[in-house]
Amino acid sequence: MTSVAGRVRAAFDAWGGPLVSRIVAALFGGYALAALASVAVLALPMSKPQAVLTGEMASFVIYAAAVIWVFAVRSALRAWAGLLVVAAPLLLAAWSVW
Amino acid sequence: MGSPSVTTDQQARPDGRGLRQSMSDLHTWVGLLLGWVLYAMFLTGTVSYFKDELSQWMRPELPALSGVPDQALVAQRVADELVALVPGSPQWSLRLPDARNNSVYAFWRTAGAAPGQRGFGEGNFDPATGRTVSSRATLGGDFFYRFHFQFHYMPVVWGRWIAGIAAMFMLVAIVSGVITHKKIFVDFFTFRWGKGQRSWLDAHNALSVFGLPFHAMITYTGLVTLMALYMPWGQQAGIKTAEDRRQLNAELSAFIQPGKPSGEKAPLASIEDMVRQAQERWGRDGVGRVTATHPGDAAARVAVARGDGGRVSMSPQYLEFEGTTGKLLAVHEGVGPAAETRGVLYALHLGRFSDSVTRWLYFLVSLAGTAMVGTGLVMWTVKRRQKLPDPARPHIGFHVVERLNIASIAGLSVAMAAFLWANRLLPETLADRANWEIHGFFIVWALTLLHGVLRPAKKAWVEQLWLAAALLALLPVLNAATTQRPLWRSLADGDWVFAGMDLMCWALAALHAVLAVRTLRHQPKTRPARKAVNKPAGAAVLREG
Repeated sequence: MTSVAGRVRAAFDAWGGPLVSRIVAALFGGYALAALASVAVLALPMSKPQAVLTGEMASFVIYAAAVIWVFAVRSALRAWAGLLVVAAPLLLAAWSVW
Repeated sequence: MGSPSVTTDQQARPDGRGLRQSMSDLHTWVGLLLGWVLYAMFLTGTVSYFKDELSQWMRPELPALSGVPDQALVAQRVADELVALVPGSPQWSLRLPDARNNSVYAFWRTAGAAPGQRGFGEGNFDPATGRTVSSRATLGGDFFYRFHFQFHYMPVVWGRWIAGIAAMFMLVAIVSGVITHKKIFVDFFTFRWGKGQRSWLDAHNALSVFGLPFHAMITYTGLVTLMALYMPWGQQAGIKTAEDRRQLNAELSAFIQPGKPSGEKAPLASIEDMVRQAQERWGRDGVGRVTATHPGDAAARVAVARGDGGRVSMSPQYLEFEGTTGKLLAVHEGVGPAAETRGVLYALHLGRFSDSVTRWLYFLVSLAGTAMVGTGLVMWTVKRRQKLPDPARPHIGFHVVERLNIASIAGLSVAMAAFLWANRLLPETLADRANWEIHGFFIVWALTLLHGVLRPAKKAWVEQLWLAAALLALLPVLNAATTQRPLWRSLADGDWVFAGMDLMCWALAALHAVLAVRTLRHQPKTRPARKAVNKPAGAAVLREG
């Protein structure tokens, strides 16, 4: 690990970077994913009030699942990647209704 | 974040650690960080299942309930009083007495409140006279109820956000806790008494597993009660017009919103007749609430809503009347599937549908939940004390957790008992009396923290537990000395709210006394016992714990 990138990586790891990264992914990434899902639900074929309430109720389950995912997978990178993979289709759906 | 053991684990196995180890760490830290807040939420929430009884006990001047008065007559009486008391109010709402409530709670919007001003008033009314209740000023059981989800001395919204974050942590702690204990149901049948940390672990597991469905339900449904605050995004994206908002609101609440007043004066028609129509539909005691918008104006509307009993749902069911003629405009009896789901979840959290057996079950399982959080917090220190390099001088993190545990567990019991003492002892003429009961609660709680910091940890635990036991045990005596409703009389009269309260105080005093004795006898293991566990000689070390 002599390259600059390697040294940055080593410093990141040494200072608890992966852990901090996971905490941020869980707290904020998880909330963002849950919020996104609660908006994406509006794209489903049901009335607005029902969709809004469905999204709100589902959001906490999604948030909790996201946090578990973030700490269950092998690396911080995978944690973020997983959140993004789920976020992509939700973002499309949310985009269509915002 | 810091205990040495966690850091070592991570250095040894940077990222490829087992799932259960990751979940165990997550469970430990998520549980600890807001554990004290969660403990207070759990305990005050638990007693809130009896908040109406607590309110009755805290207003001893009001006569004991003898059957539910005719709701139609009561509604008319209090409505007349409100018309006189807050003329020109754009909206008021009153909750009718039921089998557990001997006063009518009402709140109103004040006319012409400037923006930023507090535009609401509230009061309790006597169902027999319609007048403001003539009892000591107190928030009653509503203090614990409100503290449970919005705390105190801070804007309501902040408190609710803190409660929401704590609840979310709890939800994650529950899920990660279950994954950690893959043998969770086997563990439930294993209890190793008097084995130090193992006993704490087993107690924590038993309490958690016993009530697991309840703990998961209560945490999730707690989030649902305030979900529009925590997750407003769908609403912002999808609800844009006034009509959308009206439709959404109608799915959630029986509070009709005031429209525009006509400016033309006209008295309200008979509220009694409107409530009679509702009684025909939901039964004599089945009406919950009467809300009027622009009473006294020609555009007045009145909603008469169904009570919480008889169905496990808080989804709105109400009759809407034209205020000046009493003509039935609409019957709202059903909401959409998502709204009904939300109504059921909400009702499950509040448990207001319960008969007394179900209510006691709610109370006991919720108490087990409180103990689950409490044993979890204590376990954090018990686990780590063994690994401390010098147990006489623990590191600062350990010290902070240990002292916060004392004040937030034993100290909260002392403070809650002190709140009830303040209710009996503060003079009725004291200005701002209701608030001084609350200040008393916080002053005592702060003192327990101070005591917990100044005394050696074990002594602080034992002393505060004994103090809580004494305050609780003497509360029936204080009640006998300061009210006309001592235990012998309440038992003779069949006054179960007062008799039940006195007996419950003794039961809880006994619980605290047992905890105090056990803590006193507890010998913490000071040597690192881990190495010795697998050797025959280790048995001796374990037996000490």
